[in-house]
Amino acid sequence: MNFTAFEALLSHWRRRPLQLLTLVTGIALATALWSGVQAINAEARASYQRAASVLEQGALRQVVAKNGNGISIKTYAKLRRGGWDVSPVIEGLYRFGPVRIKLIGIEPLTMPQEGQIGSITTAADLPDFLSERGQLVVSADTALKLRGRTDMTIKVSDQVPEDAAILDISAADRLLRVKGKISRLVVAPEQRADVAPVERISPDVLVQESADRPDVSRLTDSFHLNLTAFGHLSFLVGLIIVYSAAGLTFEQRRGTFRTLRSLGISLPALTTMLVIELVTLALLSGFLGIILGYFLASTLMPGVATSLRSVYGATVSGALSIRSEWWVIGLLIALVGTAISSAQSLWRVWKLPLLAAAQPRAWVRASTKSVLLQSAVGCVLLALAMILGITSAGLVSGFGTLGCLLLGAALLLPGVLVIILSLAEPMSRAALSQWFWADTRLQLPGLSLALMALLLALSANIGVGTMVSSFRLTFIGWLDQRLAAELYVTAKDEDEAKRLREWLPRYSAAVLPIWSVEANIRGEHMQIFGVADHSTYRDHWPLIVADRYAWDMVALGKGALINEQLWRRGDAELGETIPMPGEWEATVVGVYSDYGNPSGQVIIGIDPLVAHYPDVPKLRYGIRVPPAEVPSLRQRLVTEFGLSEAAIIDQATLKQQSRAVFEQTFSVTGALNVLTLAIAGFAVFSSLLTLSGIRLPQLAPLWAMGIKRRNLALYEVFRTLALWLATFITAVPVGLSLAWVLLAIVNVEAFGWRLPMTIFPHDWLWLGAVALIAALMSVFVPVWRLATINPADLLRIFADER
Amino acid sequence: MNAKVLLAIVLVLTLTASIGHSQSNGFARLGSSAQGFKIPERGRSLSFPSDHGAHPDYRIEWWYVTANLEGEDGARYGAQWTLFRSALAPGVASGFADPQIWIGHAAVTTKSRQYIAERLSRGGVGQANVATNPFEAWIDDWTMKSFARAGADELDELLLRANGRDFRYSLTLRSKGPLVLQGDRGYSLKSASGQASYYYSQPFYQASGVIKVEGVEVVVSGQAWLDREWSSQPLASNQTGWDWFSLHFDNGEKLMLFRLRDNKDGFISANWIADDGKTTLISQNDIHLEPVRQAAVAGRTLPVAWRIQIPAYSLDITTRPLFDQAWMATKTPYWEGPIGFSGTATGVGYLEMTGY
Repeated sequence: MNFTAFEALLSHWRRRPLQLLTLVTGIALATALWSGVQAINAEARASYQRAASVLEQGALRQVVAKNGNGISIKTYAKLRRGGWDVSPVIEGLYRFGPVRIKLIGIEPLTMPQEGQIGSITTAADLPDFLSERGQLVVSADTALKLRGRTDMTIKVSDQVPEDAAILDISAADRLLRVKGKISRLVVAPEQRADVAPVERISPDVLVQESADRPDVSRLTDSFHLNLTAFGHLSFLVGLIIVYSAAGLTFEQRRGTFRTLRSLGISLPALTTMLVIELVTLALLSGFLGIILGYFLASTLMPGVATSLRSVYGATVSGALSIRSEWWVIGLLIALVGTAISSAQSLWRVWKLPLLAAAQPRAWVRASTKSVLLQSAVGCVLLALAMILGITSAGLVSGFGTLGCLLLGAALLLPGVLVIILSLAEPMSRAALSQWFWADTRLQLPGLSLALMALLLALSANIGVGTMVSSFRLTFIGWLDQRLAAELYVTAKDEDEAKRLREWLPRYSAAVLPIWSVEANIRGEHMQIFGVADHSTYRDHWPLIVADRYAWDMVALGKGALINEQLWRRGDAELGETIPMPGEWEATVVGVYSDYGNPSGQVIIGIDPLVAHYPDVPKLRYGIRVPPAEVPSLRQRLVTEFGLSEAAIIDQATLKQQSRAVFEQTFSVTGALNVLTLAIAGFAVFSSLLTLSGIRLPQLAPLWAMGIKRRNLALYEVFRTLALWLATFITAVPVGLSLAWVLLAIVNVEAFGWRLPMTIFPHDWLWLGAVALIAALMSVFVPVWRLATINPADLLRIFADER
Repeated sequence: MNAKVLLAIVLVLTLTASIGHSQSNGFARLGSSAQGFKIPERGRSLSFPSDHGAHPDYRIEWWYVTANLEGEDGARYGAQWTLFRSALAPGVASGFADPQIWIGHAAVTTKSRQYIAERLSRGGVGQANVATNPFEAWIDDWTMKSFARAGADELDELLLRANGRDFRYSLTLRSKGPLVLQGDRGYSLKSASGQASYYYSQPFYQASGVIKVEGVEVVVSGQAWLDREWSSQPLASNQTGWDWFSLHFDNGEKLMLFRLRDNKDGFISANWIADDGKTTLISQNDIHLEPVRQAAVAGRTLPVAWRIQIPAYSLDITTRPLFDQAWMATKTPYWEGPIGFSGTATGVGYLEMTGY
């Protein structure tokens, strides 16, 4: 009996395959978006952890030089002889031809087990690792890049992140030419109990706790928060689809439920059947969703990896590994999502009076009270968003502002629409148009969820679009200013650089050195650049705030320019004196924009740079020549001077590369944006589908009164368009507010720079058009169904005793 | 003291292979890499204090002290302090480019526990080295430092310090006899095919000081033995390990004795040292050596007690270890611990067994 009843329940799906598809798609999409984003985050975090443990021995304390200038071998020996179990690391960037690699030179003889290097350099490989020839331990991809570019042996290890190489400290010392200056000492977790404090043994060093170091996973938090926010938004929208689809199936089966109950199926048995049905559906769709999510994540992962690498310098592999928790969490999320969105419908079945009319209750949904309550909550959330927006200081509260803003606006939407419709209604004279407005208003509760989803998607699109476009505009303008030199060259060694310095002035207007050292300033590892005193900088280098004689002070060796990131973090103020590595001080005389750089940076004059850091590599130069002479100079450099083609890059190519990195950075955001919009479109579609099924009893009398089916269908189209337009208009201010929060709060926290907001109405038109097409497509099936409905079906409404 | 050559070579191999494989492929590799290093020559007389220091042109070298001690608490202890030098290439360089690798082993043996520690360092950076005038051998915070008065041999009086996770010791060594040149005036032949090393000892130390284990300090005193040896010679691939003894007789005489095990009869050699430092080599045919008790140690079976017979000296003794499990679980593991002996003579000493 139960089996037959269950069969009867399930037969519904055979008759309504589209509904089944909607439900399955809803659950699958929600699961896919959620698990896809989680997978990307998990993969990236795993990468950071790997990188931190392998490259920086992240969990261990470190000894660093107080002046940021490196630790002498003498100090190292003193600490060891004083009983400290520390191990030296010499690290830095090195070019193998055009390939830039982060070298991490370790001492395998003293590196603590916990430093994670042990498994990379096994005892069997030590002779090669320590050999005079030297050995680089790198990832498979990096090994390919290095092929033919070094005489050192290359060993592949999947534990080493991209673009990094682990090698013996003596080889690193030799390649980086640091003459034994140790970058840092790794402190073993277990130390002799009675050992003297590090500072007492050597006053020029200090112990840094692992938590004191800025780590990449913290830097990238904002990026992941961003992704997670999108994941949650899409999940929410997906749930709305499930909610409307589940509601529909329950509404349409009320008759079946009553009949089954009347035939003696107990309420618990019926509920159990429905729960089994839902769980099965949830698991099946969840399974689909996980597969979908995996493909989504693996499609987006390379983009994510590139973004993280270019913006944060984080090394993340572009490949995605399947984790076991993936399946469990994915299925769980599908189950939970289905449970949440069908709880109301199940509850109604549980409370279904045996003898109540089985008529679908589209009318009952209209409730002024709930709209009022919803609007009130919306207002509170918007107020909260404003307060947070004004007082907000941190990244989390920035995203809090975003959340309150979006949710508040969404909750307010039905109320606003009701008001608009109420205003429109009295203005109509004809009975039919009055009916149209009243009917639209009554339908609002059934559609409001889908419209809210649409609003969320549209606002997110407008907001993120405005942010990205504003950023693009600023960034490209900044690139144009900053990349002023026509050609950029890199010498392969100091000898070639010296020859370049002698050769180039004969053929160019100016040769601008691009020299930098890496050092610790106020505990942060950063680059110090030197600039020549040249009009190129005075005229083109954009300064956000500056002392009047900033460039003169820099040229004199007294002033330093700092980047916006350093300035916004409050690490240094204009006019403040900062201690520079090597026991000297410089006054901050200006702040410059430095997009796309995760860490602080300082610019000083080229002469003071060479004076204070005589070992600075002098390999890179910008060359000013009249643009027309660029090709000939390039040619000359290769044929006459003998510089390799790969060592020369012109301005246009460099700009193009920078732009490509920029576009890549936001491609993931763009993709998620489109997906959210698509899902919202699907939500509208499924809601309209639901309503069209329920609303036949309301349309039948109109048809009976002589309105043609075609006209009824047209009214439906109008209604959809009107609601779409109202939602879209609402989305514009919400989206702009969103963009403001992103630019003024989230970006400053996440990247350390603030951008001017620019409005792009042109983009909205595109978005509006896309949304319009989505709305029209979503109304197409219900309208087509209505326009072609068999009159007998409409008649049956009256005949049907339901 | 062939045995210690082997030990040093195996230590080199720790750097070349994981233990399981070192015996098979490591020895072969060793043979080819001996080139470039100096070879010991017969007739070169040792000169002090310079020969107390390092010889970086030779591949392997060590400063090796073992001490048999007795605490104020009446308990017996053993202490070991060793610094090995093992060169990847001959010569020295300053900074991290130095090809010299230094390895420190320290241990304290009680009747129920073996405490061990191991340190590694490369040369050139000052973390480990051996200096003369004044003499000091060190690695990290372990040291063997001379405080001999002017005019005396630098090794006459030494301060010895080492520590590990749960032990430490500080010992003073004062010699009561001269340096002993092993073999032919310090040229010690190792095999019939002519392999040799430079080798001398100071077996006449009186030791005193403090041992701290598990937080408890004990004042100790006793006897100690220092070995100095350097060479570049690889060993035959058929040699599987060795059993080595250094014995302090109660009457002040000393005996050094070892057996190299190979796939044939092995090779036994001994050196009798009179209390005035005069030495007599004893040939293989005059020595009878046999295990009398086996013990399971670290998953292996080792002969921890031995019967030693040298009829020419009317010697028939049986040794017993202070602690059966005197296992050095270092990167190259071996058995090294204090022993006592009785029979026709009594005394204490040290036993080292490898390759089991």
